[in-house]
Amino acid sequence: MCLGIPARIVRIDDAERMLATAEVGGVRRQVNIICIVDDAHPVESCVGDWVLLHVGFAMNRIDEAEAAATLRVLSELGEMQAELDAMGGEGEIRR
Amino acid sequence: MKYVDEFRDRDKAATLRREIAALVQEIRPARPIQVMEVCGGHTHAIFRYGIQDMLPEEVEFVHGPGCPVCVLPMGRIDDCIAIARRPEVILATFGDAMRVPGSHGSLLQAKADGADIRMVYSPSDALALARTHPDRSVVFFGLGFETTMPSTALTVLEAERDAIGNFSVFCNHITIVPTIRAILDSPDLRIDGFLGPGHVSMVIGTEPYDFVARQYRKPLVVSGFEPLDVLQSLWMVLRQIADGRAEVENQYARVVTTGGNAAAQRAIAAVYELREFFEWRGLGSIDLSGVRFRDAYADFDAERRYAVPALRVADPLSCQCGEVLTGLLRPHECRMFGTSCTPATPVGALMVSSEGACAAQYRYAVRAA
Amino acid sequence: MNIVTLSHGGGGKAMKDLIDQVFVTAFDNALLAPLHDQARIPLALLAQLGDRLAITTDSFVVDPLEFPGGDIGTLAVCGTINDLAVGGAIPLYLACAVIIEEGLPIDLLHRMAGSMAATAHAAGVQIVTGDTKVVPRGACDKLFVTTTGIGVIRAGVDLAAYHARPGDAVLVNGVLGDHGAAILAARGDLSLDAPIVSDCAALHGLVDVLLAAAPATRFLRDATRGGVATVLNEIAIAADCGIEIEESAVPLREAVQGFCEILGLDPLYLPNEGRLVAIVPQAQTERALAAMRAHPLGAGACRIGGVTERRRGQVVMHTVFGGQRIVDMLVGDQLPRIC
Repeated sequence: MCLGIPARIVRIDDAERMLATAEVGGVRRQVNIICIVDDAHPVESCVGDWVLLHVGFAMNRIDEAEAAATLRVLSELGEMQAELDAMGGEGEIRR
Repeated sequence: MKYVDEFRDRDKAATLRREIAALVQEIRPARPIQVMEVCGGHTHAIFRYGIQDMLPEEVEFVHGPGCPVCVLPMGRIDDCIAIARRPEVILATFGDAMRVPGSHGSLLQAKADGADIRMVYSPSDALALARTHPDRSVVFFGLGFETTMPSTALTVLEAERDAIGNFSVFCNHITIVPTIRAILDSPDLRIDGFLGPGHVSMVIGTEPYDFVARQYRKPLVVSGFEPLDVLQSLWMVLRQIADGRAEVENQYARVVTTGGNAAAQRAIAAVYELREFFEWRGLGSIDLSGVRFRDAYADFDAERRYAVPALRVADPLSCQCGEVLTGLLRPHECRMFGTSCTPATPVGALMVSSEGACAAQYRYAVRAA
Repeated sequence: MNIVTLSHGGGGKAMKDLIDQVFVTAFDNALLAPLHDQARIPLALLAQLGDRLAITTDSFVVDPLEFPGGDIGTLAVCGTINDLAVGGAIPLYLACAVIIEEGLPIDLLHRMAGSMAATAHAAGVQIVTGDTKVVPRGACDKLFVTTTGIGVIRAGVDLAAYHARPGDAVLVNGVLGDHGAAILAARGDLSLDAPIVSDCAALHGLVDVLLAAAPATRFLRDATRGGVATVLNEIAIAADCGIEIEESAVPLREAVQGFCEILGLDPLYLPNEGRLVAIVPQAQTERALAAMRAHPLGAGACRIGGVTERRRGQVVMHTVFGGQRIVDMLVGDQLPRIC
């Protein structure tokens, strides 16, 4: 029961009730942002944030640096493999 | 789409496939390595993108209990239908629950038979129905793991604040951690590692899984739901196995933090308390695995507002969902798979929703040419 | 208030006035004008165009009646024209039956008749006969429309699913799922605001240029209910072949992709009302694509896969991720999911 997708907050609709509009690929829907608002992230500051959307609630902010780090690990692995391949058969010693 | 397309990248997938193949060579397993993905969202991704077929034969996914629609017992569906049939009630539910069979049919059949059942995308939409239909009584069919618990709780808190008296919830929320423990305690356990549920963890954090590594010495990697996330998490589990480690690791750090989401946890703590036990289709009764509303929110509890049959309906005898859930059988090895149990006429839990291991296997798996 | 009542269905003057003012005025043509119980069509005219008569019928129910990109009137005309066109028939005449729930605003009925007339006119098709019934509130949902179409199949054209052969290409004429997503969004109960417009269109012009460029085309089918996935399964079974498609080649608008991600839907099963699947021999594929792309309704035409010898009766998709999976027929309706 966990369908959650990345969405971007594009507008605050009702600051008191913590309602905002989120967008996914141009499709918009009003969402509740109570879970992503705290002292460090007041309501108005949420506009532009990427969030994980689940059943109409923004459940967490998406951390751009962490996303990049995750992908970087894989890019580096790919580069290492390419280097091993370039060294010829030696890369196959492991297997 | 950002944070989606880059995690479906075929070249990075190829890189991971090579690494996984190399790790399997390094491990040299005596029998296939079994990794359980706890969450149905992972099961869906594995089949949707054909991930199992991309792996060496020595690595198998075991599709765990993390589809809350699948594991809902028939008795609860029967209770829900009894509520929905009341003339004053509008029952609001996620689409997933519509086809789940009770002992006398599904919500879809009850709707065709005249019950006022509406599909909603969000519990907020159910509350909106209550606001626009003050003469009716709107009941939201609340189900799901910790991912979905906060949205139901926050909706109830809003109903309380706005004094909306014609709204209540039939609460079937369940919690994943006791269930992982129950699986780890099963005597025939063969699972070598786990993919942890990313969106549950977004709410509860990664700490609740520490016992899996410490007490049971099994690796667990909290995983995102895009196919690259699943493959990378599998690689991380295998790396741990190769290194002889058992740790809780977090592949899904872009969304999941160690401590989880504080606001969501506060909402959960305010509204729910643990039930002594809850019945799971295919797994039986598990202690402390479900929640109900605290007394302070009794007015919003449909179970207290309406008398329901509350009968315990046993799983069909020939059903082998329990064995599939614990990795002892693969879906197609069940004696009913594809014959008496199909997506059109599901008998067992796992054939019920598209996230169920058997339904996914039936629908998506490439059969022999 | 100006609404349809049961007296409009009673066979008397109220009914005659309604039919005259709404339908006859809108559809205005020489074959309809005499208001016989049947339209009388000269056979000689039909015989000039081809050697077989094609006839098809379809009922249209849609909620809401009006949606971005069309309404039940445009659907009822385009849908039946398309059912003729994909058989290689030149669509000529339509019959139209409406079932009206009492209480329907007459203005709305005017708009629906107007859009039927305009769509038919633009397509060069005449609505030559019809029927009107009014039923009590609750006996139908606002307005049901049934259209029956007559067309003529050109000599030598023989399109059928069982003609598909291994090696053939699977083509579509543009982005998929727009109609289904537009309707679901327009219903409003999911509170999604989507910039998606129905693809509803009459495809016979596109079929003309396609068949002229690729006369060996094996089969055409408009991908309505059940979407492209269902059409492909029907072909795989009828031709006893496999069909393999590339997920990365399946054309989707970003908004439809977003819509499907939010609701957990598979766009391959979303209905279309202006999209077709074409099975074309490999040798004529490039010509077929070029011809379609030169037509306004085929600008987004592309190849999504091919017919294969292996995996008979199955549709297999090679995923963007490098894996593969079965694309099966749906058991029932596709429901939004949160799992």
